[in-house]
Amino acid sequence: MADVVKVFRTWSSPFALRVIWALQLKGVEYETIFEDITNKSPLLLQYNPTYKQVPVLVHNGKPILESLVILEYIEETWKENPLLPEDPYERATTRFWAKFGDDKLVPSVRGVLMTQGKEQEEGIPVVIETLKLIEEQLKGKKFFGGETIGFLDIALGWTANLMCVFEEVTGIKFLDAETFPLLSAWIENFSDVSVIKQNWPPRDKLVLKFQAAREKCLAEAATK
Amino acid sequence: MELEGENKVKLHGMWASPFSLRVELALKVKGIPYEYIEENLKNKSPLLLKYNPVHKKVPVLIHSGRPIAESLVILEYIDDTWKNGPKLLPEDPYRRAQVRFWTSFLHQQLSESMITVVKTDGEAQESAIKDAFEKLKVVEEGMAELFPATVGSENLGLHGIVMCSILYVFEAVEDVAGVKLMDPEKNPLIFSWVKALFEISEVREIKPDHDKMVGLLQFIRNNALQAPKA
Repeated sequence: MADVVKVFRTWSSPFALRVIWALQLKGVEYETIFEDITNKSPLLLQYNPTYKQVPVLVHNGKPILESLVILEYIEETWKENPLLPEDPYERATTRFWAKFGDDKLVPSVRGVLMTQGKEQEEGIPVVIETLKLIEEQLKGKKFFGGETIGFLDIALGWTANLMCVFEEVTGIKFLDAETFPLLSAWIENFSDVSVIKQNWPPRDKLVLKFQAAREKCLAEAATK
Repeated sequence: MELEGENKVKLHGMWASPFSLRVELALKVKGIPYEYIEENLKNKSPLLLKYNPVHKKVPVLIHSGRPIAESLVILEYIDDTWKNGPKLLPEDPYRRAQVRFWTSFLHQQLSESMITVVKTDGEAQESAIKDAFEKLKVVEEGMAELFPATVGSENLGLHGIVMCSILYVFEAVEDVAGVKLMDPEKNPLIFSWVKALFEISEVREIKPDHDKMVGLLQFIRNNALQAPKA
């Protein structure tokens, strides 16, 4: 029986991009279903009743949810181009930093993107400190995965595209090359990988989207 | 079997932390000997700060001198490294994905609800209680096919271990909040799981003392309610 692989995503979701990258890096054929977040399809709601979110990977009719869980599934199902190291300790280190990105970096960035004034000012050092910890993981390496991109590059890959978008929207510089030489080089190298390059969502559309999201959030906060 | 020198396993933990308790349970279920170091979270040991400089939290597992932090990462490491004994994750990738998804849900969503129930009162607490009820319903529906007909230490699994670690705190949360979150009528499946899980000897062995747990949660609650509102 031929494999039927479908990916539910939106044009902009950075978490869905992780799934796209992994599938393409492994040469897996798949069908894309683009979702409108304001009008979710019955299929999406059926496949992900718990969170009602993208991405969802559906493999031969069976849904897998949560981007990092999906990455592990893809790794275990399609063995070409392994994304995780073989050694258990290195795998643990990779998973630790992938989790760190989602648990710490994402909220800290959101904390600056969606605030203003004093609250925003106080959020900036948190982002910088978090990025510094990630910068250290690149010591002596071209990619987090070593010579080629791996699980952690994919997990943190959203920064290569979105940090500069957030910088434009907020007018705040997070990732300057002097403070973050390794991350800056990584962003260039990562963005240059063809699977990555060909899948970046259009930058100007992203700027508009996040500008609108920021304004909406600030307006809601003002009414509280 | 004593693990000498190089392969030694140590765990820095805290008696009441569900994150720490789940690692202990996994080590016991797998039959891995370990040295346990109780941390005083108000006065963390230099070793803990050295081994987990990023989060400065328990649990931290040290194996052959190398530290691993984050409870779910530790559990997967344990399963990856010790191939003898019960497997924490099934072989099939789809089942593994289901276990990982629900483990993550229990870890993030249910734990958070419970902490909020402890730390709030009035309307905020009512809302947290409603949220906890809803999450329990989601867990019951979603995890039904993950629980075997008979559960023992050999098929407890990652999700069973994480569920136990949360249940260790559950009764005390109910006592401190003064509300029954889990009802045999509302959540019959979960109720039957809890009963079956607590019949496993390793699970019972690690269970913290109930009164001690209530005391700690009451302390946490008092502090939270007295703290100036942000």
